[in-house]
Amino acid sequence: MNCKGVIHEISNYIDGDLDPVVKQELERHLEHCEDCTMIVDHTRKSIEILCDSRPVALPTDVRARLHAALRRKVDSDPS
Amino acid sequence: MFGAIFIGKSARELVFWRPLHFVSAPNRHPLPSSVVREDEPLLVASARAGDTAAFEELVARYEDKIFRLTSNITGNREDAEDAMQDAFLKAYSHLNDFHGESRFYTWLVRIAANEALMRLRRRRPNHFSLDQPAEGDSDLMPRELEEWSPNPEQLYAKSEIDKIISALVEQLEDEYRIVLVLRDVEELSTQETAEALNISISAVKSRLLRARLKLREKLSRHFRQGAPN
Repeated sequence: MNCKGVIHEISNYIDGDLDPVVKQELERHLEHCEDCTMIVDHTRKSIEILCDSRPVALPTDVRARLHAALRRKVDSDPS
Repeated sequence: MFGAIFIGKSARELVFWRPLHFVSAPNRHPLPSSVVREDEPLLVASARAGDTAAFEELVARYEDKIFRLTSNITGNREDAEDAMQDAFLKAYSHLNDFHGESRFYTWLVRIAANEALMRLRRRRPNHFSLDQPAEGDSDLMPRELEEWSPNPEQLYAKSEIDKIISALVEQLEDEYRIVLVLRDVEELSTQETAEALNISISAVKSRLLRARLKLREKLSRHFRQGAPN
């Protein structure tokens, strides 16, 4: 597998979604290619940073309008 | 219950309302794949049985996340708020249609994503399409090939990293940003993402690959420079 092949499979590789034979070829390439190894590491790290990011707290005015809408819904649709 | 809690309160008072048990909750934003699963089915069952306090608790738990999702998809605050509100209202109205085949949160994400996508399409009728084929190979090859040094964690506080990642995700094209958010932030599976967006699994994978590589490029550029780009 060459560098282009690694880039094409990088997402599937990180997700653990690669055929074992393809995975072995990719890892063999990584053993001797520093650039691809770094790109894999950085891509994985980017995903981790994204996954770890927390949502900003809902603005209070937005929350108030949401709760008011839900109250109207419950009031008009008692179960 | 919503009725009991909300009746007689002004919008201003509602801002300060929280169910008591959240006051001592150690983490209001657990990752959807971890803590949520344990008690979510019980809450959903109670809500389906008519316990509006249970539904209220689900709303309190997920409102921040759902607003982030609708904001990420629409890129517009007004649309994001409308989509979030309609998503919760629809979820409440259709609780009996939820049969537990997936997690409640996943079901809610799909409703919210659909509401947000409708608004995005309405706002950009001639621009936005998830059906268009992904770009060719030329954009795939990485340009940023320098090590991140120092590491982001050494360079920034967590809250700063959150802001940076949010701004960089916002810069991605719609078709990449939406797939990235559903897969890597909301943790939908490839299959669930394909169903939510009504595109093929291979289209999800292709867009996810490009989205992740584009995000890596942007983060690399940012952290290499050590300043906003």
